Order: sequence, then structure tokens, then C-alpha cells
Amino acid sequence: MTSAPETTAPIGMIRTDTPAIGRSMPRAETRRLLAGRGRYVDDGAPRGCLHAAFLRSPFAHARFTIADTSTAAGLSGVVAVLTAADLAPVCRPWQCRSGAFPGLVSPVQRALADGRVAFQGEPVAMVVAESRARAEDALDLIAVDWEELPAVASLAAALSAEALTHPELADNVAWRTEFGSADFDAVFAGADFVVEERFAFERKTGVSLEPRGVLAEFDPAEGLLDVRISHQMPHQLQLHIAEQLDLPIGRVRVACGDVGGGFGIKMHVYPDELATCAAAKLLGRPVKFVADRIEALATDIHAREHQVDARMAVDGEGRILGFDIHDVQGLGAYSVFPRSSTTEAMSVLRAMGGPYRFEAYRARLECLLQNKSLTGQYRSVGHPIACAVTERLVDLAAARRGEDPLAFRRRNLLPVEAMPWTNPAGGRMFELSHHACLDAMIGLVDLDAKREEVRAGRAAGRLLGLGFASFVEFTATGSQAYGAAGVKVAAGDTVVASLEPSGSVRAQASASEIGQGVRQALAQVLADGVGLDPSNVRVETGDTRTAPHGGGAWASRGAAIAGEAAWRAGRRLRGEILAAVAALVQAKPADLDIRAGEVVEVATGTPRMTLADLADLVLFRSHELPAGVRPQFTVAEQYHRDDDPFLPTNGIQAAMVEIDRATGFVRLLGHWVVEDCGRIINPLLVDEQIRGGVVQGIGEALYEACRYDAAGQFTSGTLADYLVPMAGDLPEIAIGHVETPYSGSSVGAKGAGEAGTCGAPAAILNAVNDALAPHGASLAALPIKPVSVLRALGDLGAGEAP
Amino acid sequence: MTVDEETLTITCTVNGEAVRDVVPVRRSLVDWVRHDLGLTGSHVGCEHGVCGACHVQVDGRVVRGCLMLAVQADGARVETVEGATRSGRVAVLQDCFFERAALQCGFCTPGILLQAAELLEHTPAPDRAEIRAALSGNICRCTGYQAIVEAVEEAAGRLRA
Amino acid sequence: MKPARFRYLRPETLEEALAMLAEWGDDAAVLAGGQSLVPMLNLRMAQPAVLIDVNRIAGLDRIEIIGERLHVGARARHAEVLRSATVARAAPLLALALGNVAHEAVRNRGTFGGSLALADPAAEIPAVTVCLDGAILARSSTGERRIPAASFFEGVYTTALRPEELLVGVDFAPLGPDFRFCFREVSRRHGDFALAAIAFAGRIEAGRVGECRVVFAGVEESPRRLAAVEAALAGAAVSDEQAWRAAGDGLGAVLDPIEGAEYPAAYRLLLARNLLLETRRQLEEEAAR
Repeated sequence: MTSAPETTAPIGMIRTDTPAIGRSMPRAETRRLLAGRGRYVDDGAPRGCLHAAFLRSPFAHARFTIADTSTAAGLSGVVAVLTAADLAPVCRPWQCRSGAFPGLVSPVQRALADGRVAFQGEPVAMVVAESRARAEDALDLIAVDWEELPAVASLAAALSAEALTHPELADNVAWRTEFGSADFDAVFAGADFVVEERFAFERKTGVSLEPRGVLAEFDPAEGLLDVRISHQMPHQLQLHIAEQLDLPIGRVRVACGDVGGGFGIKMHVYPDELATCAAAKLLGRPVKFVADRIEALATDIHAREHQVDARMAVDGEGRILGFDIHDVQGLGAYSVFPRSSTTEAMSVLRAMGGPYRFEAYRARLECLLQNKSLTGQYRSVGHPIACAVTERLVDLAAARRGEDPLAFRRRNLLPVEAMPWTNPAGGRMFELSHHACLDAMIGLVDLDAKREEVRAGRAAGRLLGLGFASFVEFTATGSQAYGAAGVKVAAGDTVVASLEPSGSVRAQASASEIGQGVRQALAQVLADGVGLDPSNVRVETGDTRTAPHGGGAWASRGAAIAGEAAWRAGRRLRGEILAAVAALVQAKPADLDIRAGEVVEVATGTPRMTLADLADLVLFRSHELPAGVRPQFTVAEQYHRDDDPFLPTNGIQAAMVEIDRATGFVRLLGHWVVEDCGRIINPLLVDEQIRGGVVQGIGEALYEACRYDAAGQFTSGTLADYLVPMAGDLPEIAIGHVETPYSGSSVGAKGAGEAGTCGAPAAILNAVNDALAPHGASLAALPIKPVSVLRALGDLGAGEAP
Repeated sequence: MTVDEETLTITCTVNGEAVRDVVPVRRSLVDWVRHDLGLTGSHVGCEHGVCGACHVQVDGRVVRGCLMLAVQADGARVETVEGATRSGRVAVLQDCFFERAALQCGFCTPGILLQAAELLEHTPAPDRAEIRAALSGNICRCTGYQAIVEAVEEAAGRLRA
Repeated sequence: MKPARFRYLRPETLEEALAMLAEWGDDAAVLAGGQSLVPMLNLRMAQPAVLIDVNRIAGLDRIEIIGERLHVGARARHAEVLRSATVARAAPLLALALGNVAHEAVRNRGTFGGSLALADPAAEIPAVTVCLDGAILARSSTGERRIPAASFFEGVYTTALRPEELLVGVDFAPLGPDFRFCFREVSRRHGDFALAAIAFAGRIEAGRVGECRVVFAGVEESPRRLAAVEAALAGAAVSDEQAWRAAGDGLGAVLDPIEGAEYPAAYRLLLARNLLLETRRQLEEEAAR
């Protein structure tokens, strides 16, 4: 990359080269992680730290009475056995409410259930003991009388309302909506043909390799609660802990050390985490709770349980006229606090048809309560469902016309000249590059060769398929989404940057590092913003005591939002530096530049002063400065994007699969992604982040499912049951880029973290259906199971649906 | 420590240093090195032997640290990622992981490094499929594994050179 | 997810171990490689009063030829068996199967005898031990029993081993040099337990199957030799796809596959049939080399 990000800040000159932005650079801090010197929550504990374990409901739905805790409490090493009544005085109940979902039905939730549980795994009592093992010993000694209630598990059961998730409600509907374009009926009536399909998506979850964990310490003297936690947004959590525990926000510190993966799992309010904070306050001793994998799989938020009936209307020229979608979402026992589980379904509705031009849209949505774990905003929230539905309908339409699926896409993809455009689903589309990505993908795949390989393989009896999926991912969500709905989620970010002794730059950012490399990205942006090498920039994040309030890590926002704040902070600091040096050397600021940590003359490159010397002068010998020269070497920039509620990104993925007819297994032979996330700050990090996203999408397509039986018993409770993709079962994944910088910011970056997950399931679904098509078979359920494949092929009798 | 917890005194070497400790018999090897010895580079990801984050080396072989009791290390030679780092045994792998950015959150990384080192000890020139197979007992949830495979491949080349 | 309390016993000799087993019986669990037992302990699905750790008993890990027979000590680690030149010569089927067992870190610790004693229906080692007609050596303080593999496995996680007995090893009688072996497995991911696997040993003379043994793993609750299939294949040419197909079609009458929500019995039956056909293909390919 050679072109410069334009600056909107009227500070100093605009660079014509960006030595760090766009450069593949390793992340400095990974040296520490590679040496085993990470600092994850469970890596430390203060003296006297106690360990919590939770008694969790074995039933999906039950009333209960805790008959005896004294035996457990009497066990050596046990400090406390706590129930709902014990925590009630220190922790308020909470309830999900959002202006975006008027009339949302989601009952009150508590840190510990009070007399009734609504999902298996819901915490009902808590033991605090000298060790985790001892706390678990005590769990076995708590006597509980259970009265099992009818449970709601499947979507069908939830719809029928024969059983109720919460007995006090009339039905299981948490929220419903319906909207559409005025001319919907007319447009569909005038269609040349309509393709339709019923899609089923099973629940999955994030499986951050480091499970959720929290260490809370309360200092009664100061009234200060200190919380170390593995979390994506410490500031949001600080607010909620303060509210629920009735503490002033300034008396709650939330600090994240290294976070072992998030993917949307670690951005909600969890009962066990709040209970741990409450116990620390109640007992006045440090309490640690680290979810084990069983707890993580059962109670981390799940996502993606949808049944979608979808139709797409096409005219005689093969142009998409419109979409009709009826989405039924399985929400779980409560709508997750504070962001609401319904957000996922609305994300599906907004992303439908995203890459294409169309006229008419109708969406109907039912979000259903179930006696199952809560669902929430897992990576690429809702988009993979919209993408799989849209792209499968597109393939069906192309097949109906006897047309190359890429030719059909090329005709219908939203062209550059048609943007900006707000589509009938409400998606505001601008600065997208669908056709450029399509062309790049064809080259990256070497499509003619692959198609020949498929043809030859099929002639030899192999079941080969190629599938494609264009996608739009809405990233870097603005305050129009949550803030406008009265949900206290920060959409802006702040960067505070200081020039330090020796001429290095240190910054505090409100973004969160969860492994995606945002600190490295911000260091690169700051380096270019000021004019020094990224190795001399240190960015710190994650501690509410030091970092300014901001969004953290969600919606692929680090580069787009915190990155812009970093650029502006860097430019401001640069302006302060140039003004100071100009005064010292009697030059005009405009005639000076900062290059590689040194102030030079623009025209000649002649060095005038190093940042190290300048910092030395200003920080230690300010009395020598000329009168009136009082540079501010700590600057702050807060960035809120006002104009665009989302930054849409786009791309296309391709997958090549082979179906093994002897087993029904789908083997991935290759996977390709061309995506456009605007300005790329660090290609090395972006490429592998996209690959990681693709692999989670592969999991969604082929392996991962949170299963429940009809009684609401969770049957995917271990990593031997919940299958995540492993190195031995994956293809090489090729990545290509088109760069269309966001014109509304200086850096031009959009979100990159979720694109891989967005399109991969759709591409694989289409590839599998391409392989099945010559045999008259098709599938419309994810994940694609071996048994389903063989049944579709007629190789296996129908039997009970697995 | 609580009174009714059975313990055993064990003696072993950990990262080359002689260690003597009184250990609850039910404590796993990985919990012991992490919480009692402060060697927190080995991580606990599943405690049922699937994820590989807990890998440590015992008597020269990589094992699941969550599936071995600490008392079973009595008399053994234990090496964690900290020891392998200090001795330089995994230095080339670490360089290649760093340069290739073959880690994101880093939670799986120590376990993968030890497994990759064992692979390269008996298979100095693995192809990519062999690398993938050797690492198929380690979950990485962040990368697409490709950077990891490439880093191990690069390290193998450098070690042969 | 930490184990419940247990008493930990660490015998230094076989005699000590057997005395402990005699004393504790059903209340004790034997800890060898721990790759299946320790997860069960961590999950508190197993809560034995006593854990008898047999890892310090000398000689339990021997892999050697005694007389004509291959002896694999119960505590021989999977990795050792897999790499053993002795095993490769005397019972190559074991090594073929072990390549499918879990992952390296698990193979470094898991033991041959432990896999047999656990009797997981989806495990590879019980199936090949049955296929090779291994004799399982069970010692107690009152003596030693040789239990034919064919009568050792009694169901899911259930064996003929008595509470006071310790599985100390397995003996395998040599099969002739004209035997061919095949082990093929279908597992969801690399290293996962078998959805279905086949162990085949057969004498191939002039392109025809003579005496042969066919055992599946992962299909039924316990591995067993399938006499009807072996009889159907005896005399069939390796190249005679029809004959093998007929034998495969006969599996439905022979097998009683495990029923499951995700993998129904009919699916496992289909896998078994296809594995039999793949075995034929592999034999044919090997013969052509």
C-alpha cells in the first residue's frame, strides 16, 4: 500500500507515505505469549483467595427448595454456601429491556435462581471454599428438593405453547415483528418465478479456549470492588456491576489481562460472574470463579438457532425482485442482558439479500423463549444465516434458469454506481466492491481449472462440488443501534496518547485486546499519525482504572473506530510536536515533518530535532522553553461516527468439497475468500483473522451443534460431543483483498473480524448442494451431518431425524 | 490446607530444578505447576483431554497435563513451556510463530509449541499434512491453523539448515 | 471440574498391587495411563474410594516375544506399541490400528491394557485384540487367568475382569506369514473415536481368501469375530467384488449396531458394509503392488 489516509483533522501536513499502516508486522506482545508469560485471569490469585463453584440445575425447568446447606457449609475448607436469599441484599435482579424491541418479554433474572430454574445449568447455589476442588465437594452435599416442570426445548414445542418456558406467561413469544415494502405483494405476483426453501440452523457456541473467568476483591474500607475478568468490554461491565451491586461506578474497577478469545461470548452479564462479585462484597475476601469447560459449553451464550422459511422472486431477465422471509428464532430462557438476544434475529432480517439489488421485501419474525441456555451475539451475529439463506436461494434461482451461478450473481450484485443505496431490508449500502471481489475470486480460485477438476472427477464417479457466497457484513456499529434504544453500550472509542521520555509514545485506548491484535494495529496507526516507528509506540487497553470509557471489542470495530481515534490522537500529538519544534528552531510548522522519530525539514529532509531530545527538553527542562511554548504532550481524541450507523463490508467466498459416499462425510478440498474491509492496517493479522473466522464458519457448516433432547437436557456437554474443527480436517484457505477505504474516516478501515464467519457456511452449503445436485439431492440444514447427506442421496433410510 | 485432604510428598525436577512439594493427591499435574509452582504458561482449557492447552513434557514426552495427577510426576523430569523457553529448545519455533503471527489470543500456543517440538524431534522434515496430523489434538479457536502449520514448516526448515 | 477425594495407593510391586485389589475390589480403580479414567474422575462420573496407580510396577510395560507368542504388557504405552519393531514384525495389525488412536500426547500416556480394561465400544485396541485372538492375562493374588479376547468383552465398559484382578498383559499367537492385515476406520475428525472401524486378518492364497477374521469397532456394543462373514468370505477371490458385496449385505442379519440420536444403527451398519468393501479394495491394491 502506498497511498495515505487523508486526515480530516486540520493539524500539520498530510503524509504521502504510510510506513506502518498497511504493513505486515508481527505483534510485539506475542513474544510474551509464546514464552508462556501470558496473564489470563486464572494465572494469578491474591493471598487468601477463595474459589467459587456453582450448583447448577440438572433440569431444564423445575421448581426447587434448598432443603439443607449446613452439611456443605460444615465441610472443612468451605467458607460459605450462598443462595438467592443470601445474595439478594447485595445484588439486584436484572431484566433485559431495549427500546429497539418494544414489548420484549423477558422475565427478571437473578445471580442465583430463586425457587425456579428455567434452563439446565442455571446456577441455584454457590459454594465459596479454599479450593475449587473443595467447593465442588461441598456442592455434592447441598440438599435440594426438585419438582420438575414441563420444559420447552424445540422451536416446534415453543411455538405450540403446550408447555411454557415461564409459567406466568401466556405463551413462549419473547418478541415478534413484521415489516415489508408496500409493493411486496404486487412485486411477488409479477415475478417470473419464485424459489423457496425451509432452512434449519442448529445452535452453536463460541468455545473461547480460555473459558470465562473472574476474580473479584472488595475493599470495604474504600468501598472499592476490584474485578479481574476475561471480558471483551470492561467498561460496559463496570457499569452493570456498579448498577447491580449498588456501587458508584467510580468504586468499581474492571481490568482485563490477556483474554483467551471472545467471539461475542464474553460481552454479556452472566449470573455466575455477578454472583462472584456479590460474594466478594459479601465476604470481604477475594473470590475467583473460572468456568470449567462443562459450564462453558452449557452456559456461555449460544447462538444461531433459527428456522427460516424464505422465498425469492425473480423476473424474466433473471433479476432478483425481492425476498420474503419468516424467521423463527430460539432465544433461550431469557433475552440476554444487556444487548438482547433478539438482536441476532434482527441482524438476520437486515442482512437478507445484502449483496444484491432488489425491490421488495417482507420479513416476519418470532423470537421464542425456551428452557435452554441463553443466546446472544456470537461472531458475525445473524449474518451467516442471512447469507446462507440468500445464497442458497440465489443458487436455486440460477439452477432454475439453467444458468451459471456466478453469471446470475454478476447480474444481480449491487454495482458501484448504484451506491449509496438503502435496500428494502433497511441496509445502507455504500463503498462496496462486489464485482471487483467476484473477479478477484475467479482468479484466486483459478476457476476454470477447478471446474474442470469437478467435471473430470464427476465423470470418474466422485461427488465434487463448488459453491460460492457473496456477502455483506455490517461492522463497526454506531450508537444508532444500542444507544438509541436506551442500551448503555458505548459505540465510540477514545485514545489518549503521550510523548514519553526517550521520544516514544504511550497510549491508552478504550478498545479491547482479545487476541485480534488491536493493540498492534493501533500502534501502527499512531506511529504513522505521529511519525515514528511502531516499535516505539506502546498501546495499553483493558483496565477501566486507566483506559478511557469506550466500546471494547465487538462488531469488528477496533480498526474502524479505535483506529480512527488513534489516527486523530497521533495527528494531534504530531501537531503539538511540530508547533513546539517550529518555535524552537524558528521555522514554520508546515515546513517540518516527523519521520522515523525525528523532526526534519520537509523540503530537504535535514534533521532538526529528535523526538527524544524534544521530550527531554519539554519534560525535564521546560524552564528552557521560549515564552509561550507550552506544548501538550498528552492528547486525547474521542471518535464517534455520526453519519453511518454501520460500515458495510463485502466479499465473496468459494468452497470446493467432496462428499464421501461411503460415509456421508463432506471433505473440504479448498476454500477461498476475497473480501473488502477497507484500508488494511496489517495484512498479516487480517489474513489469519479471516482464516480463523472461516474455520468457525466451517464448524458451523459441518461440525458444531449445541444439542438438547426433548426434555431440554443438554447433550453437547463436552468437547468430545461438541466438535470444533481441528488442524487435521481443514483445507488450505486462500485470501485475497479488494480495498475500498471508508471515505468518512481518515484511516479508511472497516471491520475485518467477522467476514470469514459470515460467508463460509453459505459457500460450503452451496458446494455440498452442487455436489448433490447431479444426484437429485439437496440439503438446507446446518450443520450438514453425514447421516443427512446419505439420506438426501437415498443411501440411507429416513428413520428418525437425528 | 484443609485437614481432610490426602497429600503426598513428591520430589521431581521441573524445568531442570529439583522440586519437593506436598501435593493433594487429586491435584492434576497442570494445576500443580500452575497454581503451586507459578508456572502458568500451561493452560487449562477442557480438563478432559481434548484441547491440548495443558501440554507439558514428562520424561521427554508431551502429555496432557490435565490427565496426569501431580503425584504421578514423583521422580519424573517435567518441562513446561517456561523451561523449554529458557533452554532454547523451542526458540526457533517461537521465532517462526512470532514472525508468522501464528497465534492470536495465545491460550493454545504453549501446548502447540511443545507438540510441534516433539514432532520435529522425530520428523525433521514433515510435510504440511503431517504437521496438521501431529497438531490435530490441539484446539486453536482463533487462527485458521494455517499460520501455525506454516510456522512449524518454516521452523523445520531452519532447524535442518 | 475437579476429582472427588480418593485414597491414592501406589504399589511398587505386582504383589502389592494385587493385595490392594484383593482388599478394595470394586471400591478401587486402577490408574494406568489415565487417558480415560482421569477425565471421568475430573467430571466426577467416576468416584472410586481408592485409586491404585500401577505406573511404578516394573515389567508391566514389556513388549517381547515369549516362545512364539508376542507379549504386550498392560502398561505398554500406545506410542511404544506403535513404534515397536517387535510388534511390527509379530502383529502389524496392532500398529495399523494404533495409528488411529487419539493424538500423540494421548498415545504417549495411554496404555494398551487400559484400553482393553475400559472396553469402550468405539476403541480400536479391543477390536484388534479380538481379531488376533489375543489371550488376556488377568492376575489376582490367587493366580492368573488367561481370558480369550473372544470372551473378555461383555458389553459397554464391561469385561470379564473380576474386581480383584489386574490386567497384566496380552499374548498373541503368531499368524502365518501369508496373512494379510487391514485396519480401516471412519471417525468424524482426525483422532476421534471410531464411528466404525474394521480389523481384518486373512490368509490370502493365490488371490483367494483362506482362513480370515473380521471384527468391527464402534458398530456393536462389544467387538466380536463375525463367524458368518468370515465363512462367507472364505474361498472368495479378492477380486470378486460380488462375493464381498454379498458378505457385506449379509451384515444386516449379523450385526446389532449401536443406536444413537445422531448416528442411527442403520448408519453404522452402512459404514460397516462399506468398510468391508474398502478392505477388499485395499487387499486388491496391495496385491497389485
